[in-house]
Amino acid sequence: MITHPIRRSPSKGLDLAIALAGAFAALLSFFLFGWLVWDLVRLGLPKLSWSFFSGEVEDAGRGGGIAPILVSTLGILACCLGLAIPLGTGCAIWLSEFVRRGSAWARLVASGVDLLAGVPSIVFGLFGMVFFAQTLGLGFSILSGGLTLACMILPLLVRTTLTALESLPADLRPAAAGLGLSKTTTTFRLLLPAALPGIVIGITLGVGRALSETAALLFTSGYSTRMPESFSDSGRALSVHIYDLALNVANGSAMASSSALVLLALILLVNSAAVALSEHWLRRRSSAS
Amino acid sequence: MASSRNISLSRCVDRVTGGVLALFALVSGGTVLLLLWNLFAGAWPAIEAGRLGAFFTDAKWQPGSQRDPQFGMVTMLAGSALVTVLAVALALPVGLASAIFHRFYAPPLLARWNRRIMELLIGVPSVIFGFWGLMVVVPAILRIAPGTPGQSLLAGGVVLALMILPLIALTSQAALQAVPSSLLQAAAGLGLGRARTIVSVALPAARGGITTGVFLGLARALGETMAVVLVCGNIPQIPGSLFDPIRPITSTIALEMGYATASHKALLFCAGLVLMLCTALLVGWISFRKNAANPGIGGA
Repeated sequence: MITHPIRRSPSKGLDLAIALAGAFAALLSFFLFGWLVWDLVRLGLPKLSWSFFSGEVEDAGRGGGIAPILVSTLGILACCLGLAIPLGTGCAIWLSEFVRRGSAWARLVASGVDLLAGVPSIVFGLFGMVFFAQTLGLGFSILSGGLTLACMILPLLVRTTLTALESLPADLRPAAAGLGLSKTTTTFRLLLPAALPGIVIGITLGVGRALSETAALLFTSGYSTRMPESFSDSGRALSVHIYDLALNVANGSAMASSSALVLLALILLVNSAAVALSEHWLRRRSSAS
Repeated sequence: MASSRNISLSRCVDRVTGGVLALFALVSGGTVLLLLWNLFAGAWPAIEAGRLGAFFTDAKWQPGSQRDPQFGMVTMLAGSALVTVLAVALALPVGLASAIFHRFYAPPLLARWNRRIMELLIGVPSVIFGFWGLMVVVPAILRIAPGTPGQSLLAGGVVLALMILPLIALTSQAALQAVPSSLLQAAAGLGLGRARTIVSVALPAARGGITTGVFLGLARALGETMAVVLVCGNIPQIPGSLFDPIRPITSTIALEMGYATASHKALLFCAGLVLMLCTALLVGWISFRKNAANPGIGGA
């Protein structure tokens, strides 16, 4: 490589400066996040024990455990996925297989879903409070909270399922049509199984988003710390528990740290599952082709 | 004969499947309309009472006051705008620099782990950032500037910056990765060094993607509630310095909806509408630019 001798030295200096700044920035972000995780472990780990996971909430959360909170969180998640998975996958299948690309209806639905993706979570909370809790009469309940979260993660599911379907080999569809398979059979017996890895990754990411959401649940699933008996009971999600302990309960920070540590571990587990799945899937596809 | 009946049967099945799926799609696409309708319905009492003007003309926010109710939202709009811009201003240099490092300098193993960790961190719940900010960032600010409340514009900006850092770093990485290698080779062929190539070729070529990341970061920070409500101090005022407490719109809704009475509630719905409008503008701008860059994708 020929470089002009006069240009070389300032360029080398710039190169070094960029390299150092970049390395510093990367290290800084690692360091900050390491600090965050370390603090949660340091503050939260001492309180973690079996009784923390199995105990009732006592003294507004300062004592006891988080068993009812975990049950409520799972209940909210179940309601959320129960609505969002069929709706999201169905919508994506329709967009990808049953309607002409670029037609007015397809575009309308796609932009509706895109708009939904940009709505702030607190606005979902307002919507859920009016629509699910009041208009549909579900009250402050696990069901209201779950359905609100379903609306929130819907765009994510539609987008990932759509990407999974669209990245299937293009000759699958004419081949199936040539065999005389109906569109329904082609879609449900051929395309969906082939696209399953992508759909599962989308659902995993959706679970992560739903678990980490707080603002949309404040006025939909409520604050009750009792063990929920049905989906129509009010129940407090883990993230709401952390918020309440940090903001409203004096001396609640120790228990908040432990709850935050549990939530963080859950989220990291779910998200690393998604990352691992997608890497596994990519490797299999690249070795297949 | 049998086969023709089979064909008509399968057509019939296809039509039913298509119909059911179309219904799912309409519900999915229509949810945003339902949401808007419910927001409007919630906000209508305040709009009908002509309170929207007061949003911008009243100086203070004391909607519950019996003696002197005031509905000025300017302080909260300013709070939201300031904390959002501060967060992006802090996160962009760090995120961009780490993306450049990732693309041009880091050895492959380090680059892969950098990316993997960022992908994990993008999902860390905002309430955890808020809680950590309250436990660590606020006391740190108190040490730097004793005598201030600690919970402040600066605390909110730092916590939000940390939250959107992975987003900005990952979108910048993707944008730099998408720069055609022929362009970089041409630059090398012209005798440009690595630094020159980055500054005069790669960054200008990746500008669009980086800008998209910035807008996504702005939208995410603007709509964030939990990370700010815990660390900003929640006093509705125009901050005189970085160390003054502020109260963004999202915090106001989260804090007051629990006890708000009828007319106050309608005002909070108006605030929600304003918030949604702002983020929709940001997100709309992104998709507008995307469609302008590669038309014919058809929204899907």
